[in-house]
Amino acid sequence: MNIHEYQAKGILRSFGVPVPDGHVCYNSASAREWAKRLGDGPWVIKAQIHAGGRGKGGGVKLVRTPDEARDVARQMIGMTLVTHQTGPEGKLVRRVLIEKGCNIARELYISLLVDRNSSKVTMMASTEGGMDIEEVAEKSPEKIFMEAIDPTVGLTQFQCRKIAFSLGLEGKLTNKMVKMVEGLYTTFMDCDCSMLEINPLVVTAEGELMALDAKFGFDDNALFRHPKLNDLRDYDEEDHNETEASQYDLSYISLTGNIGCLVNGAGLAMATMDIIKHYGGDPANFLDVGGGATIERVTEAFKIILSDKNVKGILVNIFGGIMKCDVIATGVVEAAKQVGIKVPLVVRLEGTNVDKGKQILAESGLNIVSADGMADGAQKIVQAVAAC
Amino acid sequence: MSILVNKDTKVITQGITGATGLFHAQGAREYGTQMVGGVTPGKGGTVIDGFPVFNTVTEAVHATGATASVIYVPPPYAADSIMEAVDAGLDLVCCITEGIPVLDMVKVKQYMQGKKTRLIGPNCPGVITPGQCKIGIMPGYIHKPGKVGVVSRSGTLTYEAVWQLTSLGIGQSTCVGIGGDPVNGTSHVDVLRLFQEDPDTDAVIMIGEIGGSAEEEAAYFVRDHMTKPVAAFIAGRTAPPGKRMGHAGAIISGGKGTAAEKVAVLEKCGISVAASPAEMAQALLKVYKP
Repeated sequence: MNIHEYQAKGILRSFGVPVPDGHVCYNSASAREWAKRLGDGPWVIKAQIHAGGRGKGGGVKLVRTPDEARDVARQMIGMTLVTHQTGPEGKLVRRVLIEKGCNIARELYISLLVDRNSSKVTMMASTEGGMDIEEVAEKSPEKIFMEAIDPTVGLTQFQCRKIAFSLGLEGKLTNKMVKMVEGLYTTFMDCDCSMLEINPLVVTAEGELMALDAKFGFDDNALFRHPKLNDLRDYDEEDHNETEASQYDLSYISLTGNIGCLVNGAGLAMATMDIIKHYGGDPANFLDVGGGATIERVTEAFKIILSDKNVKGILVNIFGGIMKCDVIATGVVEAAKQVGIKVPLVVRLEGTNVDKGKQILAESGLNIVSADGMADGAQKIVQAVAAC
Repeated sequence: MSILVNKDTKVITQGITGATGLFHAQGAREYGTQMVGGVTPGKGGTVIDGFPVFNTVTEAVHATGATASVIYVPPPYAADSIMEAVDAGLDLVCCITEGIPVLDMVKVKQYMQGKKTRLIGPNCPGVITPGQCKIGIMPGYIHKPGKVGVVSRSGTLTYEAVWQLTSLGIGQSTCVGIGGDPVNGTSHVDVLRLFQEDPDTDAVIMIGEIGGSAEEEAAYFVRDHMTKPVAAFIAGRTAPPGKRMGHAGAIISGGKGTAAEKVAVLEKCGISVAASPAEMAQALLKVYKP
């Protein structure tokens, strides 16, 4: 799940991490009003969309008067912002963040994440703020500092100090950094984050530290214990089909091809996309119905796949373990009855209750091509779609 | 011989009174596994379909002599169940549960430091030594006793590889699903080491996927420490960056963890990499004659 920048800063503020004063605005009049309330300018107006690279696309602008704030907000709200992360179709801006500008003396970088190798939460810091951290890691790895955090004792004071000193901070700034880093760690743990990135973390000319931008990744598996975070979801920013799928516990990701896939298991679902591509086709989606799929969920899965107008054929690839083939088969038949499947459908079944499943499909009277193995299934659907 | 489990392994089911737990405990018993009982707090003293139920893992171990457990407890409570099994001193714990918060698993890993228990999973199909012992949710009939070890992050792709082997008449020594989560109990390298030391395993199929660097580490282990032939497949060649492909671990971030990178490292380390998931068994046959 992703959230907007202003929401991220709101969370940080509630954990005592310093961020610029600011407010979200849904229209230009409110931007003008908030400019006045926030005190002396200049202010920054930032388009709120779930994608990075907004500055280059014209989604971040400096304004010097409340009237200018209004005019820029009017321009931005309703515009389609294209960045390297939105794809060529861009994203509609529905809200902006207005915040007080600050005098930047230095830009730093701090992030927290779960390191798979050590199985520990790890803090990463760099003197190269404002840059893409992957680029820093490649070009000057000596400028990145890591601290693995012991889960039983948590982040220690000495680790915070090490981070502060490695970033070249001195005097009062050291203590401010220790406090800030502690605040970030508490945020990370209390919100069950998978990633928390502050880039840039700035040192102002006045000698303050501030999180100028913030990016959160939340652990979807832990959302059940954070009902408030769920309220921050902006469904306008999410793919409609992906949202719909998540309501039925289906893991669905839309892609750009024309062959719909319905598979059980994430690994097999990825491999099914791979083999379609291997035989010259192009997958329209990733869809894992999971282990405990019911007939209803399989039916919904079909509806979601078919709602993608690019889909010219569907490949069902099931290797039943927990998942029973007869349940899938019944779901296929039910979906065909309810929504009507007019595109070619190739079904490959193997595993638990495979004979029952094949029998249900055979007796359904539906026009289903059955496949013997993955390669056969992929070849058959690629051919069928090419013939359309 | 085999690795991790054999015909003498006694297994208890944590979460046995749930529908999933019971269904798969019955399936494992039919397969011939010594399923000796189960644990559901508050239901101790009862019997469900012939399985004695205990309140705690420690009680169950004392009463049954079990050395392994399999966990079907829902995600909010599963981390606690793993720690309970570790505390009871079991040799092996397979956690099937999918969806455990990663910070819970960070604590579990720390808790397990210095303890003797080996954890397989979570979010995995379990472990099977064909013809002897099945712990988990894999369909038993696709397996055949033999000499090829299989290790994978993905459940259904493990079945796929096993079925390809069995269809060609090639049996398996032990098949291990290590699970798709970013923090798990047993790594590819751990299992490869066991296969290398196992006199009854002659060759290995390893299945990986995008994200992280576990496959690369496994490849270097194969190059430096293994004498047995290894074939591999990496799922997710067509996955777009930044999207989490079902498994929490399967995400390409910042250009790292791509299938292409992994395949290049694997091939450089002398592993036979299958071009398509339908060719995993054939890839093994290029480097191994059964």
